[in-house]
Amino acid sequence: MSALTKRSTPWWLSAPALVLFTVLLLVPLLLTAVLSFNVYDPATGPKSGEFTLDHYIHLFTDSYYYGIFWRTFWISALVALICVLIGTPEAYVLSRMRNPWRSILLLVVLAPLLVSVVVRAFGWSMLLGPEGLVNGLLGVFGIGPVKILYTETAIVIALVHVMLPFMVIPVWTSLQKLDAGVENAALSLGASPFTTLRRIVLPQVMPGILSGSLIVFGLAASSFAIPGLLGGRRLKMVATVVYDEYLHELNWPLGAAVALVLLVANLVVMLSYNRLVEGRYKKALG
Amino acid sequence: MSFLQLTGVTKYYGTTCAVSAMNLSVEKGEFVSLLGPSGCGKTTTLQMIAGFEAVSSGRIELDGKDITTAKANTRGLGIVFQTYALFPHMTVADNVSFGLEMRKMPKAERQERVAQALALVHLEVHAKKYPRELSGGQRQRVALARALVIEPPVLLLDEPLSNLDAKLREEMQFELRQIQRKVGTTTIMVTHDQSEAMSISDRVVVMEGGRATQIDHPHRVYEHPRTRFISTFVGKANLLEGRVTATGTRTRVEIGPLVVDVDDAGFRPGAAVLLSVRPEKAQLVAAGSGRLQGVVGERFFLGSQWLFRVATPVGDLMVLSPNDGRDALDEGQATGIDWPDHCTRLLPADESAAAEAATA
Amino acid sequence: MSKNGPIALAFNALVIAFMLAPLVVVCVVAFTPENTLTLPTTEFSLRWFRAVFEHSDFMQSFWNSLWLALASATIATLLAVPAGMAITRYAFPGRDFLNALFLSPLIIPHLVLGVALLRMFALVGGTGSFGFLIFAHALIVTPYTLRLVVAALVGFDRSAEQAALSLGASQATVFKRITLPMILPGVTGGWLLAFINSFDEVTMSIFVTSPSTVTLPVRMYMYATESIDPLMAAVSALMVAVTAVAMIVLDRLYGLDRVLVGGHK
Repeated sequence: MSALTKRSTPWWLSAPALVLFTVLLLVPLLLTAVLSFNVYDPATGPKSGEFTLDHYIHLFTDSYYYGIFWRTFWISALVALICVLIGTPEAYVLSRMRNPWRSILLLVVLAPLLVSVVVRAFGWSMLLGPEGLVNGLLGVFGIGPVKILYTETAIVIALVHVMLPFMVIPVWTSLQKLDAGVENAALSLGASPFTTLRRIVLPQVMPGILSGSLIVFGLAASSFAIPGLLGGRRLKMVATVVYDEYLHELNWPLGAAVALVLLVANLVVMLSYNRLVEGRYKKALG
Repeated sequence: MSFLQLTGVTKYYGTTCAVSAMNLSVEKGEFVSLLGPSGCGKTTTLQMIAGFEAVSSGRIELDGKDITTAKANTRGLGIVFQTYALFPHMTVADNVSFGLEMRKMPKAERQERVAQALALVHLEVHAKKYPRELSGGQRQRVALARALVIEPPVLLLDEPLSNLDAKLREEMQFELRQIQRKVGTTTIMVTHDQSEAMSISDRVVVMEGGRATQIDHPHRVYEHPRTRFISTFVGKANLLEGRVTATGTRTRVEIGPLVVDVDDAGFRPGAAVLLSVRPEKAQLVAAGSGRLQGVVGERFFLGSQWLFRVATPVGDLMVLSPNDGRDALDEGQATGIDWPDHCTRLLPADESAAAEAATA
Repeated sequence: MSKNGPIALAFNALVIAFMLAPLVVVCVVAFTPENTLTLPTTEFSLRWFRAVFEHSDFMQSFWNSLWLALASATIATLLAVPAGMAITRYAFPGRDFLNALFLSPLIIPHLVLGVALLRMFALVGGTGSFGFLIFAHALIVTPYTLRLVVAALVGFDRSAEQAALSLGASQATVFKRITLPMILPGVTGGWLLAFINSFDEVTMSIFVTSPSTVTLPVRMYMYATESIDPLMAAVSALMVAVTAVAMIVLDRLYGLDRVLVGGHK
C-alpha cells in the first residue's frame, strides 16, 4: 500500500454501492416495517399515519396463520435434517474420490444451483405427478398411483433437491480443511474405520454441518416457487401467504407483517450460527 | 556527503518500535547488506528507503535531496522484491520495459535498452515468454533487469536469493556481484543469510531488535564481532565464560584452569567476559601439547572439512579441521587443542553492555 | 485418499440421479411430439421449441430476462469492484458494516426484498419501470460479484503493485495496467455468476414486474400454475441451455468449482 492514503478514499469507492443499497434495500425495508404497523381498511387500503399492532396479533393468534407457520417450520426442519443425512455422506464420499471423477461429480451435484428454481420445481411436478415417472416406476411394482404432487411430500422432496448443494458446500469445505494424515494416524493407532469417522472426522466437520443446516433451514422457510408450484392452492407456506396478501387480498400491511416475521426469523437463525460456531468450535479448531 | 544517507530513521507501529534511530551512510557504488534474523527491522528499513512505509522520525537523503516523504513512485529507485513481483500478464520484455514506459521513453529507444538489460542478465532468448514459463532463477534475473534498466541511483534487493535452491543461490551470488560491479549502481541488499552478506558486500550492517549493532567490512564483522549475538549469528564461535584477572598492555582472562592473555582491552578487573574462539582457528594437536587437553566426543564429516566436538575441562569446544587427506581423529581419542594468540576475541558477558558499546 | 466401497458408490449414484432427474426429464420431455407431458418414445420433435419461438409472450419475456441480466450484472460489477477495493485495501471504521451490508441480499429472503421494493415502487410511482427492475436485480446479484472480486483481491500479490509504483507508475496507472488485469478472472467470473443469478431469479421478480416487464422465470411460474403442457418443458429446456452456456464460459474463465465452492486453488 502506498505510504500516503487519504482517509476518505474507501468511502468514495464504496459510495456507488452504498447509494444503491440504501435506496433499494434499507429504505424499502424501513418502509415495509412501517407499513406492517399501518391500519388496513378493506375498502380503501392501508392508511398511512394510523398505526396498530393488529396485524402482528392476528398473525400469532389466528389458527390459519399459526398453521402455516407451523407447516413452514416443520417442513424446513425436516428438509434440513434430510439434507444433513444425505449431504454429509455424499460430501464425504466425493472427497474420497480421485480426480477426474471427484471434480466432475462435485460439479454435477452443485451445478443445479445455477438453474432457475422454477425449472427445477417444474421438473419435479412432472416427475411426481399422477402420470409422472415416479408413479410410473411404482406402477411397475404394482403400487399406486400414489398422490405425491400437491402434498407436503412433494414440497419436501423438491426442497431437498434445491437445498442439497447448500449443505454439500460447507461440509465439503470442512472436509478440505482436514489434514489428510489425521485419519491414517487414527487408524495406525488402532481405531476402526467407524470409530475414526465418529471421533476424528465428524467433530471436525461439525461446523460445516451446522452452518449448512442453518442455511438450508433459512432458505427452505423462505422459499416461494417450490411451495407455489408443488403445494397447489391449498398447501401454503409463509412465502406463498405473503404473495396472497399482497397480490390477491391486497392487504399489504398484513403481508408486510408476515414478511418481517420471516426476515427476523432468518436473521436470528444466521446470528445463532455465528454464536454457535464461534463459541464452541473456534477454541478447539482455531 | 555520502550518496545515500539515513539519519536517525525510526519506525513505530503503534507502540512497537520496529526500527530505532538508524544511521547509515552509503557511498556511491557501494554494495551494502542489511543482515539479521527475521524481525530485526531490516526489511522495514528497506521499505522506508523505497517509500512503501512512512518514516516515524528521521531523515533519508539521496544525493543531497531529502526524500523522506517523497511518494514511492517518484523516488526512481530500482527494487527487486523477494517474490520478484513480475507482472504475470506481461511478457518478459514488457515487464522490463514498464519502467521506461512510465518515463515516456520512445518505443525504439525502449526496445534497445530492454535488449541491453536482458543481455546483461543473459535472458535475451526469453524476451517473449511469460513469467509462468520461466524457472525461479530466470524470474529473479528478469526482476533484476527490470530494476536496472531504468538506471536507478540506488538498487534495493529484498532477500533476492532466498527463494532459490542452494546451488543456484551460490551461482547467483557471484553473478549479482559481477553485474553490480559492471553497472556500478549503489546497492542495498536485505538478507538473513550471513554467508551471502559476507561474500558479496563491501560493508555489512548487522541488525538486531530494530538497531544496527555493527556496521563494518565483512572481514572485520567476522573477525571482530562486537557482541555475543553477532559472533554466533555470523559464523560459529566457541564461547567460554571467564573472568578478567589482570589488565595492562594485555588483558588476562581466567576460564577455570585455563589462563589466556588477549590483546582486546577495555575491560575492568573482575569483569565477567566471554572468550570467543572460532572453530576454524582452533587446531587439534598431539595429546599432551597445546593449551587444553580433551577427548573427541562426536565428529561430523562436512566434505571439505571435519567438525569435531571435543570435551575439555572448560566445556565442549568445536574444532573445524580441513580435510587435507590425513586421517581424522576418531571419536573417543584424546587430543590437545591450540590456537594462535591473536585469534581470540573478548566480549562482555552482559549483552546490554555490548549494545551500549556498539555505535554506527 | 482411501477408496470408496460399493455401498458408498451406489449411494453416490443415487444422489447424482436425484440431482439430475428433474433437469433431465425436463429437457427430454421438451422433445415430445405429443400434446401432453410424455416422454418422446416414438420420435424427437422440435414442435414445442417452435411453439416457444412463436409465442410472443414468452419471447418478449426471454429478451426481458436477457437484457435485464446483462444490465444488472454489469451494474453490479461496476459497483462491486471499487467496493471490493475499499473493503480489502483499507482498514476503516465501518468496513465490517459495509461488508455485511453488501452481502446481506444473500441472507435476506428474496420474498422480503420483493415485498419491500413493491411498496417503495408504489410510493415512488416506479411500478412497471424496467430501469427500477434493473437496479433491483443489480442489488440482488451484487453479493455474488463482490465475493469473487474480494477473493481475487485478497489472494493478490501486492508486491507487483509496489514494483509498478517503484518504476514510476501513478496509482491510476497501477490499477489500470497491473491490478485490473490481474483480478480480471475474478471480475469476469463475478459478472457471469451475477448474470446467471439474475436470469434465474423469480421470487423477488414476481413482486416487482409488471405485465410489460415480465421476466422469463416469472412468466413460466404464472403459466405453470395454470396449465402444464410441453410448452413449459421446452421453455425450461431453453433456460437450462442458456444457463449451461453461461456455466461453460464461467468454467473456462474462472473455474466452476472455484465459483461454487470457493477458496481452494
